Amino acid sequence: MRWGCFWLGGQWLLGLLLALQSIGFVYAQSPTDVGFAATVGALCAATFDEKNKIVEQIVQRGHPSAQPTLTALLEDRLYCRNQDQRVFLIKPAAEDAPTLNLIDPLTLKDAGSASSDDVTRIVTNNHLRRLLETVLARFGLSSPKSSVRLQAVKELERDLNEGNVQLLRERSAVETNSKVKKEIAIGLALASMDSSDARERLAAISVLEGSLRQDVLNRLQAVVEKSANGTFVESDEHVRKAAAKAIESIESRRSFYSGIQTVLFGLSLGSVLVLIAIGLAITFGVMGVINMAHGELMMLGAYSTYVVQLLMPSYIGSSILVAVPVAFLVSGLMGILIERTIIRFLYGRPLETLLATFGVSLILQQLVRSVFTALNREVKTPDWMSGTLQLNEALAITYNRLYILIFTLIMFAALLLVLKKTRIGLEIRAVAQNRAMAKAMGIRSEWVDAITFGLGSGIAGIAGVALSQVTNVNANLGQSYIIDAFLVVVFGGVGSLWGAMVAGLLMGVVDQLLQPYAGAVLAKIFVLIALILFIQARPRGLFPATGRAAESQ
Amino acid sequence: MTRRSTWMGISLLAIALVFSARVHAQDTIKVGVLHSLSGTMAISETTLKDTILMMIDEQNKKGGLLGKKLEPVVVDPASNWPLFAEKAQELLEKDKVAVVFGCWTSVSRKSVLPVFEKDNGLLFYPVQYEGEESSKNVIYTGAAPNQQAIPAVDYLMKEVGVKRWVLEGTDYVYPRTTNKILEAYLRSKGVSSEDISINYTPFGYSDWQARVAAIKKFGSAGKKTAVVSTINGDANVPFYKELANEKISAEDIPVVAFSVGEEELSGLDTKPLVGHLAAWNYFESINTPGNKAFIQQWHAFIKNQKRTTNDPMEAHYIGFNLWVKAVQKAGSTDVDKVIAALPGLETPNLTGGIAKVLPNHHITKPVYIGEVRADGQFDVVWKTSSTVPGQAWSPYLPSDKDIVADWVSLNCGNYNKATKKCSGQNYK
Repeated sequence: MRWGCFWLGGQWLLGLLLALQSIGFVYAQSPTDVGFAATVGALCAATFDEKNKIVEQIVQRGHPSAQPTLTALLEDRLYCRNQDQRVFLIKPAAEDAPTLNLIDPLTLKDAGSASSDDVTRIVTNNHLRRLLETVLARFGLSSPKSSVRLQAVKELERDLNEGNVQLLRERSAVETNSKVKKEIAIGLALASMDSSDARERLAAISVLEGSLRQDVLNRLQAVVEKSANGTFVESDEHVRKAAAKAIESIESRRSFYSGIQTVLFGLSLGSVLVLIAIGLAITFGVMGVINMAHGELMMLGAYSTYVVQLLMPSYIGSSILVAVPVAFLVSGLMGILIERTIIRFLYGRPLETLLATFGVSLILQQLVRSVFTALNREVKTPDWMSGTLQLNEALAITYNRLYILIFTLIMFAALLLVLKKTRIGLEIRAVAQNRAMAKAMGIRSEWVDAITFGLGSGIAGIAGVALSQVTNVNANLGQSYIIDAFLVVVFGGVGSLWGAMVAGLLMGVVDQLLQPYAGAVLAKIFVLIALILFIQARPRGLFPATGRAAESQ
Repeated sequence: MTRRSTWMGISLLAIALVFSARVHAQDTIKVGVLHSLSGTMAISETTLKDTILMMIDEQNKKGGLLGKKLEPVVVDPASNWPLFAEKAQELLEKDKVAVVFGCWTSVSRKSVLPVFEKDNGLLFYPVQYEGEESSKNVIYTGAAPNQQAIPAVDYLMKEVGVKRWVLEGTDYVYPRTTNKILEAYLRSKGVSSEDISINYTPFGYSDWQARVAAIKKFGSAGKKTAVVSTINGDANVPFYKELANEKISAEDIPVVAFSVGEEELSGLDTKPLVGHLAAWNYFESINTPGNKAFIQQWHAFIKNQKRTTNDPMEAHYIGFNLWVKAVQKAGSTDVDKVIAALPGLETPNLTGGIAKVLPNHHITKPVYIGEVRADGQFDVVWKTSSTVPGQAWSPYLPSDKDIVADWVSLNCGNYNKATKKCSGQNYK
């Protein structure tokens, strides 16, 4: 009941304060203000344990400034002035602002400014932040936004003491949003699991049965466990039976979803493999060029993303979309340059091509190191790509992986379209199948070679944009993916785009299925062994190229 | 000027330069710098090379050492472990350097160790490592496990109340040895084996989603769980990105890292990582006059106000100052005399304490636990009340119980107290 009273009191005081200000009264210091100021002031020299106690005191005092002050403490915006050990809030400002604008915690009015050397930030730790979040959740429970209320309910559930349960109960009566209401019901049910009335516990279990949450499962499992002396913790047999049934139901649903999750993880890992391999499927598969610099073309794509973000720092959200064509052009042009200056003199000599392009890859790596230094470059993740898509309590996939999966499918479809439906695609296929005949038909095969290589390289650049979101952007980025790319192409069948697609996804899923049992290193080894055996049996891969040209090779 | 006379001018100038350099070379003391400037480790090691160059520069401004100027000899072992040994040999036998500052990974240190012992060189090694070693020719200015890993686990156990542990590491000697010590330590504190999960991933691993989901699951068993991370190098960035994406907050499952400092975080968006922990012997955010001056000096030397400082840089700062003091005390750069002068020497560290060389060739260091801040720096949330002396051999491993390292009274780095035998270097 205490918190409810405090909250009403706080609101009333705040209302009064606003009323006083609006009619122009000078706000006079009352005894509560003095106490509040002294309590807050004590934060300056406090240890973490003392800070916890001070925060609780601030809450108990119920001063109208408590919420903004504690919020500031949570957000690292509460400072202590060195000269007189007084505490101030700081206005949120730009990172490099030379001075900090102070706000008085009592009146919440401007109190001048200070340089960052004159004030010391009041440091929080995990425990203190946890406490602050729970405390502030009580304020959030009456927020007009349902998402804030949902978060507040979740915070309160972490600490189901009498006060918090009472708050939840009160909120439950007036809550209109169904999601929040459901969350409150689960919170209250968790609380009534400790009730002394067996019927109440039974009712709580029937509510909890519908949830998929791990903490609910843990709570139910505690019911059926035996204590140290061999007797059941739960004395009532009906409750135990109901709990056992609920556990079974929750676990079977959870294991179903975790199976789906593993496949999703595999598909997302596979989609990265597909993305890095389809560019290679064109240069290696269609043209037969072993391009060891393919990884470095991906790296150039990733650095293009970095440069694009540098050029448009205030539009990070759209920078990735801009980076896609930029990376395609940069890597594509670089590819054409490599083809025109080196590879075209080496057609039909795979070993020389391999060595020459390996040299190119080293040159590109060191070039990037000289221009951008050897340090990792930070490519920012746009807001719409970060976070998790929570399908339900047991099934979640991170947005960046989801977008890469979708992006891969779009890329793949676009590439198929280009190769099958456009004139240049037709010419590429014609040259790949029979160069002499294509020439006889008036196709400029040299030009087509350059364009094909540029296309494959450009796609590598686009893959680099996607990789910049999942891994480090540095000069070695390409090296760590080039082997995988070749594996996928060989497994899928040289020259087959569909092969690369199926092979990449398959390798991803198998890897993820093995990983929980074998660990990351062994899983990879098993995949490799399986692949070697497969190639022994079917040297041309999953989707071997057919036709006269393929057979003559 | 005709072309011929230009060429003559240039060659004369070149001869003059070579000549002056030779004259110059006679009254300099050569200092070897053995850090990778290319390859995977360049990310971390280039900074250390710059630190030593800055310290040499500073010492030369003060008038050099024993009346001579210091001359850096920088080589690039290119993150290639056998090349480390070759370059070390080149420094010791061809350039005849007085001292070498270098190495980062334990595998590179293990690779150069035989060279330093054979040629009787002197190496200052600046990075936290797994212990289980004490060489006459190496001064370990980084943390031993008892100066980083053990205090960090203690903090989590006592202050945070962690009951369940995930030991997550990169698959090589440092994480494996550290986790072996940590597992023995946790078991000795009564943690049951089902509450410890150990997992290794390869260098540069980037597909973390399944591992992070598994950690989340392991951590939701109702007991407070923490992750002790010995993940090294690049793999940290995607690991932390995945933690942020799957919304594992530090309040629920804190991750304490032994190889993640200011430098590593500078390539990351740290806002979702606030509260995750790191254990080091130095943080850039520690406010002491010595540290402030060091940061200013670093920014002026590197000409970039945004570059961070980190723990291994402090270790090089300490190591360089110790070497200077030892040379002054010995009155010579002769390796045997300098090594004899080193134990017992003291120099201030950057955080207001004293670093003292111990007979086992390790030094005393304070231990700090920091929480990541939104701006990529750390807030110190816990520290040891005084400095901790480094232990070469861990008392928690049964095989090391009787082993001591003492280069002053026993002249041995691996002495068995029970059998009274010395093995390893100096073994007769």
